[in-house]
Amino acid sequence: MKIDRRSFLSLGIGAAAGTALTPIPWKMMDDSAIWTQNWWLTPVPAGGEVTYKTTACTLCPGGCGLRIRMVENRAIKVEGLEKHPVNDGGICPIGLSGIQLLYGGTRVKMPLKKVNGKFVKISWKDAISEIALKLKVLRDKGDAYKLSCLTGSDKDVTSLLLKRFINTIGSNNFFANTTISDSYEFVIKKVHNIEGSMSFDLENSDFILSFGSGIIDGFVSPLKMIRAHSRIKEQGGKIVQIEPRLSNTAAKADKWIPVNPGSEGMLALGLLHVIVKEKLYKSNIVSDNTSNFEKFRRLIIPNTTLNKAAETTGIDSKTIEKLGRGFANARKPVAIFGRGKGDSPIGFGEAGLVYILNYLTGNINKKGGLFITDNKKYINWPEIVKDEITNAGLDKSRMDGAGAGSFEDTKYITSRLADLMESKDQKSISALFIYNENPCYTLSDSKKINKAIEAVPLVVSFSSYLDETTAKADYILPNHTNLERLQDVPSVPSGITGGLVSLSKPVVKPMYDTKNTGDVIISLAKAMGGNIAESFAWSSFETCLKSTFKDQWNALDKDGFWFNPGKSTRQCPDLDFSKLLDINLSSIQPQGSKSKFPLVLIPKETMRISSGYIADPPFAVKVIPDTVLKNNDQVVEINPETAKKYGLHDTKYAILTTPFGEVKVKIHTYNGIMEGVIAMSKGLGHIGYDKFINGKGENFNRLIGPVEDPDSGLDIAWGIRAKLTRA
Amino acid sequence: MKKEHNHMKNKKFGMCIDLDKCTGCGSCMVACMSENNVPFREDETDKRKSITWITVYKITNNRPFPDTEVCYMPRPCMHCEGHDGHSPCVSVCPATATDYDMATGIVSQIYTRCFGCRYCMGACPYHARYFNWWDPVWPAEMEKYLSPDVSPRMRGVVEKCNFCYSRYQRALDKAYCEGRSDIEEDEYQTACTQGCPAGAITFGDLNNKSHAVYKLKKSPNAFRLLERLGTNPKVYYLSSKEWVRKAGDNYIKGENPKNIKKSHH
Repeated sequence: MKIDRRSFLSLGIGAAAGTALTPIPWKMMDDSAIWTQNWWLTPVPAGGEVTYKTTACTLCPGGCGLRIRMVENRAIKVEGLEKHPVNDGGICPIGLSGIQLLYGGTRVKMPLKKVNGKFVKISWKDAISEIALKLKVLRDKGDAYKLSCLTGSDKDVTSLLLKRFINTIGSNNFFANTTISDSYEFVIKKVHNIEGSMSFDLENSDFILSFGSGIIDGFVSPLKMIRAHSRIKEQGGKIVQIEPRLSNTAAKADKWIPVNPGSEGMLALGLLHVIVKEKLYKSNIVSDNTSNFEKFRRLIIPNTTLNKAAETTGIDSKTIEKLGRGFANARKPVAIFGRGKGDSPIGFGEAGLVYILNYLTGNINKKGGLFITDNKKYINWPEIVKDEITNAGLDKSRMDGAGAGSFEDTKYITSRLADLMESKDQKSISALFIYNENPCYTLSDSKKINKAIEAVPLVVSFSSYLDETTAKADYILPNHTNLERLQDVPSVPSGITGGLVSLSKPVVKPMYDTKNTGDVIISLAKAMGGNIAESFAWSSFETCLKSTFKDQWNALDKDGFWFNPGKSTRQCPDLDFSKLLDINLSSIQPQGSKSKFPLVLIPKETMRISSGYIADPPFAVKVIPDTVLKNNDQVVEINPETAKKYGLHDTKYAILTTPFGEVKVKIHTYNGIMEGVIAMSKGLGHIGYDKFINGKGENFNRLIGPVEDPDSGLDIAWGIRAKLTRA
Repeated sequence: MKKEHNHMKNKKFGMCIDLDKCTGCGSCMVACMSENNVPFREDETDKRKSITWITVYKITNNRPFPDTEVCYMPRPCMHCEGHDGHSPCVSVCPATATDYDMATGIVSQIYTRCFGCRYCMGACPYHARYFNWWDPVWPAEMEKYLSPDVSPRMRGVVEKCNFCYSRYQRALDKAYCEGRSDIEEDEYQTACTQGCPAGAITFGDLNNKSHAVYKLKKSPNAFRLLERLGTNPKVYYLSSKEWVRKAGDNYIKGENPKNIKKSHH
């Protein structure tokens, strides 16, 4: 039979029609749905009894209480602890993702030692005796003071044990990461000459003037602040947010006043001018006898002050006058300061003036005002036992110059760390312990730190994760991670006026061969022998913690926290205005030449990105918007007008250059930012860890350099001059 | 589709989200992922493929600097009631893999029935449904944190918010063990409601006069998304700002939302 075109087509159509009438295609489709199922590949989580365990979060200084849902001995989910003074059941994205830090792939699983540039396994016993030997050699050489330590905080027991350890060895060179709390303490010391910090009772205030504080963007104690924000909304309090960018806080505020980056201090001066000139301050606060007030008054009342404030801040003088009157006439006004999350200190110029703003309204230690908090010192350990070497070391002043001379009220000058690490002379760091901190990532000019740390002969990291700094360590003595370890979590005072400590308790058995850093320090001290072992008489970290807290331990153990409301405020002594007469505001100008770098780069901080020593776990990375991170590209925000001026386009690449480095970024145009300002999210650009965070975006800290406040010496780097060119 | 539930009055679970309080922090999204065994991938920046049962949208009033305003809007599944349970997705599913439960008002998703045609995704006007383009992988020891209350899903099926139905089941079980036939308002709360640090989300029975949502939904500031489509959603939003309320639906220029008669209340 000849097959021509006609019969071929009819046969074909006939076959197709025939098949369609049979159930075959439908059965095949149905079956394919079954054959392609692969349910056996998806895990079936084991069931079991559900219980809840109480602990506290250690991932940021906020100090939230946690309730962990357990199924048998597995931790399933992190939830907020109800009735906890900080978070009352709420929880942040990073705290929630903490479960992934416990079970994730970024853990250091055993003690490691670097041999020929590679990490090899070492036993705990050998690691401790090797480090002890190196420290003995350091002491014998008379270089005990060259042992230094950097921690994330100087409030918790473990950090204070580390401080005690290096003091006993014979060194004063303990460092803790400096934050806005250091500025608070500095101001209180300077103007009142007492030890104390500040806490802002936002929820009871009716007029909150925020100098760029990210009240809902993770400020100091993020959950406490967000809860306060909701109370403010319910009670109809007014929030005025001053910052160059429409942050979430600004977006939710009743009024957003854009201000030229870094000129917030000048605005405070302008507002003080209005309040003092128009005598809007509370009359009982200052009198003719108040020390140096008259001098201060004469200094700021000339109209030039207002004009200069208007010119520097870019806010017209009418607005400043109106704001000053509104603030002073409010019933319970409060001015809060510290930019973004409060991760960086600010200069005394700005901090001091904003404090005076509060002081003159008479809100100190008043409901809805600013509280001077007592720096809770629950540590009451016996004096350290000293030998000759200890005494000789402790007689030396600190290498960074803090605590002496013009910086006598400053605790740590971290911006000088890089030079001290690199230096070869008498003032140099020969051994460095690092706990709960990641300086190679978090310190400004991180490129320099990365290089400098290589010059330090002995670097010991206690990190649970293989972070940037830990990768450069000589020994890693991994701590138990969150949910595995015992640790006190002292509350940062912001928003809390009472004394509060929470307890982080192990909810699961340690997954790997890790040890609590507190125990490691005690073992190390015992291995050193002599006066050092004597100074650490505790048998374990747990006994140390129990004896430290004494009466509070039962509450800590039972409820997960100890709270004593209203017991830790300090009387407010008279204020000495003399310290404010030669206030320095010039230093806040961003670094770099205006002609070469016409724009200003500022950091953008959000609740979804952890910018401290903890890197974002996968869940947190997942919720980063694509206007912040796209594939692995960092996206920066600029005003559409700025984009037009420099020929840049939304979603397209550009090169961002600052005096400290350059990176390739993508552009996002956004109306909520001043012209001439670039905003870049902080907390990205990590190197190492695992594929869920490595190489995503760029590290903001690499693009800025340290800026030393001339008054306090604190590193107050915030923004920097920059330029954007088309890529 | 209509079912009689044993002796109990039908419930209608719903949510009121106060946009004045919502800070855009993203806790609701992560709380949901952690509660419901939602997986994650190396690159989650293609948001069309990123599975987030509740997602927080950022909306702006599109005004130039400095009059720009921004508002965050968390969007779970709206659990549309339509007319008598004819929600857009349920109506189109050829596999009966999604259903409207008359007893609770919850739109379910039955993963093992779903064969991945994604018709429901096309029908949903809220983009509340997500497709598993890949098999989930939990690296390192992360399978340990998976909850036994929620089945992990495989490649090729659609998933979405179910108002933490597993929490409802647990609450019912507990009530049953204690000899009670009904549960209290606070016994059944979704993971996002519980985790929200701002207290912006309120969850409960929209039919129950003693529940907080009953009062909140009647606020003059309350609105629902795309109400004019007749989807009859069970998620209410509250905002004191008119531009935000207006952004909840499509209006012709000059049209005032207040004067528009809405059906299906």
